[in-house]
Amino acid sequence: MSRHAIALAQINPTLGNLERNVALHQKSAEEAIGRGASLLIFPELSLTGYFLKDIVSSVALALTSPLLDRLRDLSHRIDLVVGLVEESPEHLLYNAALYLSKGEIRHLHRKVYLPTYGIFDEQRYLAEGSRIRTFRAAVGRSAILICEDMWHPSTVCVASIDGMEILISPSASPGRGGLEEGQAFANARAWETITRAYAQLFTCYVLYANRVGYEDGACFWGGSEVIAPSGEPIAKAEYLSEQILMAEIDTAEVRRARMINPLLRDERLDITLREMERVRREGPR
Amino acid sequence: MTGLSLHCEFARKILSGFIANEVRKTGFSRVIVGLSGGLDSALSAYLGAEALGAENVLALLMPYKTSSSESRAHAELIVKELGIQSDLIDITPMVDAYFERFPEADQVRRGNKMARERMTILFDVSAKFRALVLGTSNKTELLLGYGTLYGDMASAINPLGDLYKTQVRALAGHIGIPEAIIRKEPSGDLWVGQTDEAELGFTYEEVDQVLHLMVDRRFEIPDIVAAGFDEQFVRAVLAKIQSSQYKRRLPLIAKISARTIDRDFRYPRDWGK
Repeated sequence: MSRHAIALAQINPTLGNLERNVALHQKSAEEAIGRGASLLIFPELSLTGYFLKDIVSSVALALTSPLLDRLRDLSHRIDLVVGLVEESPEHLLYNAALYLSKGEIRHLHRKVYLPTYGIFDEQRYLAEGSRIRTFRAAVGRSAILICEDMWHPSTVCVASIDGMEILISPSASPGRGGLEEGQAFANARAWETITRAYAQLFTCYVLYANRVGYEDGACFWGGSEVIAPSGEPIAKAEYLSEQILMAEIDTAEVRRARMINPLLRDERLDITLREMERVRREGPR
Repeated sequence: MTGLSLHCEFARKILSGFIANEVRKTGFSRVIVGLSGGLDSALSAYLGAEALGAENVLALLMPYKTSSSESRAHAELIVKELGIQSDLIDITPMVDAYFERFPEADQVRRGNKMARERMTILFDVSAKFRALVLGTSNKTELLLGYGTLYGDMASAINPLGDLYKTQVRALAGHIGIPEAIIRKEPSGDLWVGQTDEAELGFTYEEVDQVLHLMVDRRFEIPDIVAAGFDEQFVRAVLAKIQSSQYKRRLPLIAKISARTIDRDFRYPRDWGK
């Protein structure tokens, strides 16, 4: 079966309140299950909220945490992507996302690129992830890249070469600037450009789950969307409002896109690696 | 001026969402706003009413004996248009009682005292009305330091603090604030004949363009001059921002301990909310 009903949870988590956020996850999952979804994707740091600052250490969860058991249980009924502060056995804290299915953690992605500029402060509080891996999900071979990871195309290249058909991108994007030009923040328009470009360039689905709500005055703009491998958006949530966005994805579309545009077939990994190595060795010209 | 235009409907949605969200998550459902009759407090009141409902907004009119009758008429017009609750508290007795002790005080001291008198009343009545104080300072005056610290700059949440004055005007027009209020000369009305632009020495139109380039677009001074602005003017604007930086920060705390408030004890204000 190549068709799957999936859902993106455009929610407004409470900053630093795990208990309330787990309840919000359960409620969202019930709605998604009721509407027939087999996969529900939550935004970045969906269990904790985003601008945590010093709260970070108080809401960090080990992967063995009983609190996560409740989500594992839920994953018998629907596959879940959830965002959390993960505490490693060495007590390093990561901005992470889990893929949960049938009571198991099937995949862990630790955010590789931690923005620390402008309104962002992640490197002050968090450790950098160091892996980009695809994994087998029911909807197809998937990769999770969290928010800022997506602003470095190298991450998407690696995932693509590693077999990605579905790019899952949980995000907590605060709106900034651009209200001069139209009815969207400047960075929202930028996101809409890159999600479409990645879908088209890597002939994959892009599932972009962004949150809504306000934290200390910053506004998360929502606008979650599902982009088909053709680069066409097939579902888009409203800006600024909470919503469970439903979409049907069909991995046969990935095949069709790759028949039309055999970009992956023509990718030259050897050249890329050789030239990257040269630049690393010799510096830019 | 393209950089300062504003998609008013989207901004309106963000700002009324901001008020509703930030007020309710603290457990409140109401706001209180000091209504001067001027444009900024009018816009805050409109946004507050839109976010929370007119019945959840209380406007306080706090004139001094020299305040213009036009200011009062405009404040009353806003109350009527919005159907919000209001109260009038004349600050003349308390301000005059205080300055009997300092008859020589100049108009700046007197103006600051009036602004702080109004602040204490707003915060007192906010406790009675179980409301948060809604701010009215715009980005232009915050950056220039053109406001009274612990006076009109004091609030619990401020929907206007990231809008330049020219954007406040545009949004006010869009949201339906009466033309007479939008078109009149901006004034603190702290003494007879005071106007912002005469006191500042430049117009909001001019300074907002410079502030936008300097703050939002990160132009350095030579870049702003190359864009067609007078160097002396640009330097004067920067000097105002620099000399008023203290007004935009908490008081300095002498560091003694391992963890000092706001230095290395850093929590969001919306902690747990």
